[in-house]
Amino acid sequence: MTSTTTKSAYWTGVRDGAPFILVAAPFAVLFGVIATEAGLNLFEVMSFSFVVIAGAAQFTALELMIKEAPTVVVLISALAVNLRVAMYSAALTPYLGKAPLWQRALISYMLVDQSYALSHAKFEDKPKMTVPMRTAYFFGTCTLVIIAWFIFSFLGAALGTQLPAGIPIDFALPIAFLSMIAPMIRSLPHLVAAIVAIIVSLICIPIPYSLGLIIAGLAGMTAGSQVEVWMTKKQGAAH
Amino acid sequence: MIDTGTLWIVIFTLGIGSFLLRFSFLGWVGDRPMPAWALRYLRYTAVAIIPALIAPIVALSNEAGTGPEPIRLIAAIVTFGVGIATRNVIIAIFAGAFTLGFGVFLFG
Repeated sequence: MTSTTTKSAYWTGVRDGAPFILVAAPFAVLFGVIATEAGLNLFEVMSFSFVVIAGAAQFTALELMIKEAPTVVVLISALAVNLRVAMYSAALTPYLGKAPLWQRALISYMLVDQSYALSHAKFEDKPKMTVPMRTAYFFGTCTLVIIAWFIFSFLGAALGTQLPAGIPIDFALPIAFLSMIAPMIRSLPHLVAAIVAIIVSLICIPIPYSLGLIIAGLAGMTAGSQVEVWMTKKQGAAH
Repeated sequence: MIDTGTLWIVIFTLGIGSFLLRFSFLGWVGDRPMPAWALRYLRYTAVAIIPALIAPIVALSNEAGTGPEPIRLIAAIVTFGVGIATRNVIIAIFAGAFTLGFGVFLFG
């Protein structure tokens, strides 16, 4: 019984994660193409994608290395861009914290935007899921995305500089992120969090090393959280 | 040209660093209960960080990097609008990609 429900949770995850191949593939191809153009060989491109698995951070690091920024700046910036995964880790801990350590380590390795977004929404929606079911669902969501990440990095690197000019692949990242974020805005606090984050990030553009992203993210989270507190108080007063 | 030594330092340090960020709470904090305020903050992580990541890319999308490029700005608005209206990631991404591709094809 347990193993069948766990198995079905895994396959539900695989099914829910499948569309995200379309999201991961353009980034992976783009990374492979840009990295190859920057002089990385196939082995280096694949190692990068295999060891790091973080689109935005990989792009940040690559761009700064091309600009010959100091290595410390490359690392700080890329890790700052990736700081959000620590918040994902925290957000999933109430749901997955009781899984065995080796599973949590493997979950951590595969903790990307897509697996976080799908899993967190699912766990919130279905509070009765057991920890093994949640773990299975999580691994399901990342299975295809991670495989696609490797395969399409490879194709991008193989394609290299042969991509025809004029394809606006540079804008794949914002389009993909925007499509992901829109359905997540479910309430007024969510909307306020997003708007505040956007405004602060635009103000913070001159701040170096991507630190503006962290400031804006924290500002947005604080704003959303605060609005939620106010709304709860108001509701309490109305009753 | 990127120096090979620097590249490998970046790959491995970034790999270890990213893993530790991902492992931070899941690995070390474990299932200790988290305070309500922390959980409340975490509800707004994705809706704050991701827009903050995209906003400057859209706002500075022209070739000189000084302001928005009209086709890209419109594609961004279409993606977001369709995403809000349909609540469907895939319809939104295709609407955005189509707007962008068609716009670049016509005016690019």
